[in-house]
Amino acid sequence: METAGSKQNKAPGSTGGAQGMNVRDQIKQPLWLLAELTYSCPLQCPYCSNPMDFAKVKKELTTEEWISVFKQARKMGATQLGFSGGEPMTRPDLVELIREARKLGFYTNLITSGVGLDTAKVAEFKEAGLDHIQVSFQASSEDLNNLIAGTDAFKHKIEMAKAVKANGYPMVLCFVTHRQNIDQIDEILDLCIELEADYVELATTQYYGWAMHNRDQLMPMKEQLVRAEAIAHRYQEEQEGKMKVYYVVPDYYEDRPKACMNGWGNIFLTVTPDGTALPCHAARDLPGMTLPNVKDMSIDEIWNGSEDFNKFRGFDWMTEPCRSCDEKEKDFGGCRCQAFMLTGDATNADPVCSKSPHHHLIEEAVAAGIAEAAKPVTEQKPLVFRNPKNSKKLGG
Amino acid sequence: MSKAVFTADSVPVLAQGYRFQWEPAQDCNVLLYPEGMVKLNPTAGEILKRINETKQTVAELIAELKVAFNGADLDDDVYKFLEEAHGNSWIKAE
Repeated sequence: METAGSKQNKAPGSTGGAQGMNVRDQIKQPLWLLAELTYSCPLQCPYCSNPMDFAKVKKELTTEEWISVFKQARKMGATQLGFSGGEPMTRPDLVELIREARKLGFYTNLITSGVGLDTAKVAEFKEAGLDHIQVSFQASSEDLNNLIAGTDAFKHKIEMAKAVKANGYPMVLCFVTHRQNIDQIDEILDLCIELEADYVELATTQYYGWAMHNRDQLMPMKEQLVRAEAIAHRYQEEQEGKMKVYYVVPDYYEDRPKACMNGWGNIFLTVTPDGTALPCHAARDLPGMTLPNVKDMSIDEIWNGSEDFNKFRGFDWMTEPCRSCDEKEKDFGGCRCQAFMLTGDATNADPVCSKSPHHHLIEEAVAAGIAEAAKPVTEQKPLVFRNPKNSKKLGG
Repeated sequence: MSKAVFTADSVPVLAQGYRFQWEPAQDCNVLLYPEGMVKLNPTAGEILKRINETKQTVAELIAELKVAFNGADLDDDVYKFLEEAHGNSWIKAE
């Protein structure tokens, strides 16, 4: 099953884990509401899945508008609510949103970098009914963490992880992995043990948004993955019953695509800072999207009636080789955004699939990453960091 | 299955971070946990509802269920479910 995702780029379709919704039946209603409260973020992670042009979004939904979204989604049956972003801690009304959401019966998840959080707020959120906090790290060492985050955050994150545990929350630690940090995987897992994490997500970078822009610099090497997977499995065995370790294999190294979002418009609803409702948080860039906004339409109308949410429901939209494929009910043809980004047509098979006539694009992307890594450091492309300046420059 | 966790005297409680609730939209009881949900069948729902409401021993839990279900012989089913639920990390023995 699928993740609700966080602001880090693990979401569209990453499988497994703490995120797994064990929904056995096909349910045609939203179960997961991802509330991207803001695009403000003190971090600058170069693999962020926010759109490159996020700086264009000036006006965020108000407290009342968010609460109305929560009420409507809850009434339709959504049970999980993720507070994400950007960094949700930059919203001054966060505690109020948590309190309202919890009162409505949501299981409330705060997906944070830890920056902007302090011990008093951790306790205040608990009192307001927050169920769970996920803290993201960029690496296990201070230097690399701060380099990737583009800010000095590591020591504070450690303090916040300790505060989360001290307040009796279940704690998920999330590490987005890529070529620059994946060799630290044993140190990462040792850090998680030390911090008494209940769940660890080793979420491989997926190439959307900023990560797509930085793909050559982030692409891991095959040897790195083989090593990382073996280490992750060893820790999974050693930590059984204590700490759950979820390791997601990067789809660029697979030959079948992920069942992205567990199917389009099937269980996931993302609402972005300006109120745009999306079937997944990378879908804004697909061509022909009408981008319904919660300020103009009810969630019910958007979910059930909008063109966007019906666009890739079911199987009728598929082209070959998906249409006649006996695995289409398992993976839904993979990710629509990836199909569009790489092949130019969102109805194509996700080129991760070896049956796709475009599969060579994935192989070429991996090869480009390997070639980039082989260059002398001085000649390698620098990572482009996710910040408003670069957004304005590159976002078109 | 490994060694049994629950005896007549143990007190089953929901594990940290798990929440039991009735979901009208699903028409069933569910367990919610970080970023996930399990839909419960009616038997699991009846057992977990009582674990959620009252801190009591397995013996007391079984007695209560027997009253609710006309004295049905359900000891084995309850123990089996408790071990399974423990294996899934939904509950702990106190």
